[in-house]
Amino acid sequence: MSADQAVITIAPSHARRLRATVSARILVPLVVIGILGIGAIVVPVLYNYDPLHADLLVRLKPPGTAMPDGSIAIFGTDKVGSDLFAEMMAGTRVSLIVGASTLLIAGIVGGILGLLAGYFGGWLDTALMRIADIQLAFPSILLAILLVSVLGQGILNVIIVLSISNWVIFARVIRSQVLGLKSLEYVEAARTLGASHFHIIFRTLLPGCIAPMLVIASVEFGYVVLAEAALSFLGVGAPFGTPSLGSTISTGTQYLASAWWISTIPGLLLLVLVLATGVLGDALRDRFDPRLRSA
Amino acid sequence: MAEMRIGSDAVTRSAAASLLSVRDLQVEFTTAAGVARALDGVSFDVSPGETLAILGESGSGKSVTGQAVMALLPKPAGSIVGGSIVYDGLDLTARPVKDVRKLCATEIAMVFQDPLSSLNPVFQVGYQVAEPFRRRLGMGKREAWGKALELLKRVGIPDAETRIGDYPHQFSGGQRQRIMIAMAIALEPRLLIADEPTTALDVTVQKQIIALLADLQAETGMAMILISHDLGVVAQVAERAAIMYAGRIVETGPIREVYDRPAHPYTRGLLDSIPSAAEIGGRLTPIVGSPPNLLALPSGCSFNPRCPFATDRCRTKVPALRQPASRGSDHAAGCHYSEEVLADA
Amino acid sequence: MPKAAPTHQPLLSVSNLKVAYPIRSSVLRRIVGEKVAVRDVTFEVKPGETVGLVGESGSGKSTVARSVIGLIKPDAGAIGFNGHDITRYSPRQLKSVRREMQMVFQDPYASLNPRLTVRDLIAEGWRVHRDVVPRGNWTAVAQELMERVGLNPDYSDRYAHQFSGGQRQRIGIARALALKPKLIICDEAVSALDVSVQAQVLNLLQDLQEELGLAYLFISHDLSVVEHLCARVLVLHGGEVVEEGSVHDIFDRPQHDYTKALLAAVPVVRPWLGRSVSSSTSTHPERLTQGGTIAPNIQSREERNDIYS
Ligand SMILES: Nc1ncnc2c1ncn2[C@@H]1O[C@H](COP(=O)(O)OP(=O)(O)OP(=O)(O)O)[C@@H](O)[C@H]1O
Ligand SMILES: Nc1ncnc2c1ncn2[C@@H]1O[C@H](COP(=O)(O)OP(=O)(O)OP(=O)(O)O)[C@@H](O)[C@H]1O
Ligand code: SF4
Ligand SMILES: [Mg+2]
Ligand SMILES: [Mg+2]
Repeated sequence: MSADQAVITIAPSHARRLRATVSARILVPLVVIGILGIGAIVVPVLYNYDPLHADLLVRLKPPGTAMPDGSIAIFGTDKVGSDLFAEMMAGTRVSLIVGASTLLIAGIVGGILGLLAGYFGGWLDTALMRIADIQLAFPSILLAILLVSVLGQGILNVIIVLSISNWVIFARVIRSQVLGLKSLEYVEAARTLGASHFHIIFRTLLPGCIAPMLVIASVEFGYVVLAEAALSFLGVGAPFGTPSLGSTISTGTQYLASAWWISTIPGLLLLVLVLATGVLGDALRDRFDPRLRSA
Repeated sequence: MAEMRIGSDAVTRSAAASLLSVRDLQVEFTTAAGVARALDGVSFDVSPGETLAILGESGSGKSVTGQAVMALLPKPAGSIVGGSIVYDGLDLTARPVKDVRKLCATEIAMVFQDPLSSLNPVFQVGYQVAEPFRRRLGMGKREAWGKALELLKRVGIPDAETRIGDYPHQFSGGQRQRIMIAMAIALEPRLLIADEPTTALDVTVQKQIIALLADLQAETGMAMILISHDLGVVAQVAERAAIMYAGRIVETGPIREVYDRPAHPYTRGLLDSIPSAAEIGGRLTPIVGSPPNLLALPSGCSFNPRCPFATDRCRTKVPALRQPASRGSDHAAGCHYSEEVLADA
Repeated sequence: MPKAAPTHQPLLSVSNLKVAYPIRSSVLRRIVGEKVAVRDVTFEVKPGETVGLVGESGSGKSTVARSVIGLIKPDAGAIGFNGHDITRYSPRQLKSVRREMQMVFQDPYASLNPRLTVRDLIAEGWRVHRDVVPRGNWTAVAQELMERVGLNPDYSDRYAHQFSGGQRQRIGIARALALKPKLIICDEAVSALDVSVQAQVLNLLQDLQEELGLAYLFISHDLSVVEHLCARVLVLHGGEVVEEGSVHDIFDRPQHDYTKALLAAVPVVRPWLGRSVSSSTSTHPERLTQGGTIAPNIQSREERNDIYS
């Protein structure tokens, strides 16, 4: 009975409303991210965007200006005359690539370490968690700047740097999830079948960790994108010639008085992207909340 | 025992005799999967000094019955949608929850299954037992503490003088249940509802707790409702039994009559399922099938898919609680074929 | 009768088993001592026999079960299975023993992986022990097993949460049977079930024993269930076996005071008919538990009962 009772403690109208909003809160951010993703792939190609190309005649034109080649720069142009819309979408491409790769690496590394630490415990657990504590105590953007100055600039390095500062969160959450699952009878049941450690970790425990992993991943995505932008803003992220939302915003700040759009519009786009992933993460968290999962 | 008129929808007794009189009580839970009628036409009476056992399997509605009386139904999911709960001439269903709780604080007490989660771990037990005296009776600290000590002795806490300052986790499960009982009887309630008070305890401790409850009742003359899924535990102390199935009382009467001559196939199935010394090593006779799902109850008698006596009539017509022919006036069963069930024994 | 024990050599023989749990300090989690949960436990289970393990909460019943099945390592003593001491086995050797020894757990909710279908739950053991059932037959054999334990084989694609408590316990039994064990350890396997469902499961366990010649180590705090099912009974108290014997000896002629107290406390369904257990009720159970109070006299209550009813 206990399971049934736990499931049905919310009145139907309330529960239905909650579940309806959960679906909307998952769907809308997914659509937004999808559109941005498609845009990031398609727009720079359509516009034949070249980051190194400069056309000083049309620099700093406001949004809606007709260009010499007959097109209209809907978001205006930047300080070297590139179409801001194309530049932004190319920047979004970098942001999405950096975000996805970072989460993949951090998720796999952190997830595995968390699984192992939680399952085996002992010195491995102690060591890992101490490292995690130390790292968490250190401001991650500072760590990133430090690492980039050692590794040098470049997208790959940005990914590595951000992965290093993000695996900890995965490791900690998965570890505590495993600690909770480990004592459940069904995990013991697998042991009494004679299952190996490998079997128990990857076939029994891992599936129970997927949901929290997804939740952290979508929450973290926004942070990673922001961190990449911040690094690029500070000039230690994407190298020259690689457009990034951060570097576009950064260069735009010099022209805030005369050409407000260069910083503001990419800034808004960044806001939308981060908000979308944040909302998605919260919605996923609700979706996996057992109290809402029924019938 | 007061006379009873066994009607289609109500079992009425003289109002003076019963302290609590529940009539046709209906409780619904609105859940994500639909509306579940957890209680459907529950009627019973309890007189001062009497013990009523409410028995039935998990999910049959025993706890909900207790919660409804105490206005403890979880809000907003659960609500009373019909019937009345008359306590000492007062219809509790017609009163605001606040009033009912206030009444319950002094006159109706409840003991729960899990004594650890009902005690506050950060306060000394003496403090917790003394609290009702201070809050309700406005006693001074010292006086209330003295009362608490008296109570702890009365429920059989050894070395009560030294242990009164201990915290809940320093007591064994049985002792914690004794402390809960001490708190429940502090203000000398006229009705005590005990919801599975011994289910979490070992048999030896269980026996002590049941005996304690019986003794306290004999001393104070309070009425008692003993909720349990264990037919054996309550048999030691209860005078009357009400057997619940799928939110209905399917059989009620003096406990001895109900156990010795069950008139409902479900009661009989329960009694036959209990392993007894008689058929050691032999086969038990369980009730076939699975417990009912409140969201998809079968039509007619909700027991019909599991009932060996079921006919087409059972699948269409809900049986009313009635007195089977040849049985005493206070024995009632909700079955179309009680006579056959009795004759089949 | 299935209960008559054949006089083979023992299937399981536990001798002088001792298990201690470390006591850790609350802050640094450093080991500051040990709590001996069971000591000097010795018993045997013969093939096809049911041995009951009874005792109060904390007496060490689960500890015995868990060390026999290898979930915890004993500190001393030997656990012989089929004549070999498995406490000295390597993990690889243990794996083959585990096939022959299975467990049915107490909690029908927590003991089944919520993310597996019934078929996968039953097949999990075959994934570990590749040679039991060829992969192509998994579904068919799993459905056969479901039928065997009284579940509708059409439901093999459902998840455990779609079943009732009793049905879930049947899934647990099917999973244990999947590896064709010789011994099944039931740690409070029917305690969480309602009495009518419990009777169904007890009947099933008996049928399976008759058919497959299984031996059971049956742990329960419910003495009437143990009396019903077991041929021999072990009474555990404070981690030690205080009495051992045939079910008739233990229930009809208990020797140890603790056993007597335990039996005296078993609630009788119809107290007005007199006790079915012939043990003397002179020993107060209170003396043996921590409570230490004077017992309110239940006998007088029973008499009162008669007047009321
Ligand atoms: N908070 C709740 N929300 C929704 N349904 C509930 C709630 N509490 C109880 N119910 C439903 O009401 C029915 C009766 O529950 P109740 O707790 O009274 O059972 P019970 O007889 O006390 O069982 P048990 O022996 O398991 O305690 C059950 O079917 C249960 O699912
Ligand atoms: N993981 C553990 N760590 C420390 N002590 C433990 C642990 N598991 C059990 N114990 C202790 O060992 C003793 C025996 O416990 P065990 O679980 O075997 O009892 P049991 O007879 O199965 O009781 P129950 O009927 O409550 O299940 C108890 O005193 C218990 O507190
Ligand atoms: S009414 Fe019919 S189905 Fe219901 S209990 Fe009686 S005989 Fe069985
Ligand atoms: Mg209940
Ligand atoms: Mg146990």
